[in-house]
Amino acid sequence: MKQFQGKTLSWKCGEGCIELVLDRAPCNEIGSATLPEMEQFVETLTTMQGEAHALIISSARKEGFCAGADLRELYRESQPLAATERLTRLREFLARIHRVMNAIDSAPLTTIAAIQGIAFGGGFELALVCDLIIADKTARFCFPELRLGLIPGFGGIPRLKRDIGNAVVRDLLLTGRSINATKAQSVGLVSQVVAEGDALRIARSTAAQLKKFDRETAAAAKNFIKPIPYDELRREIEIFCDLFTRPAVEAGLRKFSESADALPYLP
Amino acid sequence: MAKYEQMKTLQDTTNEVLDLAATHFKVPREQLTPDDDFFKRLGINSLQALDLLTRIEQHFHIELPDYELQGVSDFRTLAERIQSRL
Repeated sequence: MKQFQGKTLSWKCGEGCIELVLDRAPCNEIGSATLPEMEQFVETLTTMQGEAHALIISSARKEGFCAGADLRELYRESQPLAATERLTRLREFLARIHRVMNAIDSAPLTTIAAIQGIAFGGGFELALVCDLIIADKTARFCFPELRLGLIPGFGGIPRLKRDIGNAVVRDLLLTGRSINATKAQSVGLVSQVVAEGDALRIARSTAAQLKKFDRETAAAAKNFIKPIPYDELRREIEIFCDLFTRPAVEAGLRKFSESADALPYLP
Repeated sequence: MAKYEQMKTLQDTTNEVLDLAATHFKVPREQLTPDDDFFKRLGINSLQALDLLTRIEQHFHIELPDYELQGVSDFRTLAERIQSRL
């Protein structure tokens, strides 16, 4: 069995399934610690994917799947920089995270996000790269970015638009409200809603079912039905960077960073 | 079920919210009153408040957008918001 234990995540590959487990306190915020390990994972994925039918992404944190980008770190590290340098660093960060997301999105195996608790911002975007979302009853999905003067930046809008109706995308994006697993299933986002604490178990059971099918056929079916919206993804980065330089964003991020609360932008 | 939900009074709803909060956050029910600040009384943060919201939505079979809770911190007002969705 191939496996890796990092500081923010771990993975193992065995019996036809790769399992990637996020585990960084408080709720798997994606920043300078997580991103290199995610990059390492997608590099290894290219060698492991020939041995597996499925990839399951889950969280070891009881707080949830993933709270998104590490905004406190983003704010803290951008503060000493001049505006142009700040933007250059941001673009580099976004390009790196998009490479990771695109690699998982286009991987020739069936990918499953097993969600409990919050999947907010970048966490929601990570779930959206997966082919199937299995959520337990505690799951909540949200794009809170507008509350900070931004839009999702990890590819969330094009991928959400790929999966569900534009009216629902507008609702989630423009209100910034969070929705529970049942609502997410009713709009076609979540494939299965399961009992609290059961998402990973059901994801494994689903992965076992996938193993019965020919891998190349499954990959061809996925490739046919799930185009990667590269142009829109690039456009999203541009809009995100344009917005990031505005004073409203700095004020929003400052307020966020100065709060000790987990999700200070709520309600 | 829908008819029953419509018949609930605000007091019924308030009591159910208090029961739900007491059970989930393991606080003695008799220590909770409708006018309590639930953040302080339950000792919860925004993440846990969101968890409470999820359980409320499941219990009452409603959808309650989190922005409806803007400025709401006591059980009674929370119950009023729920009541308007029943």
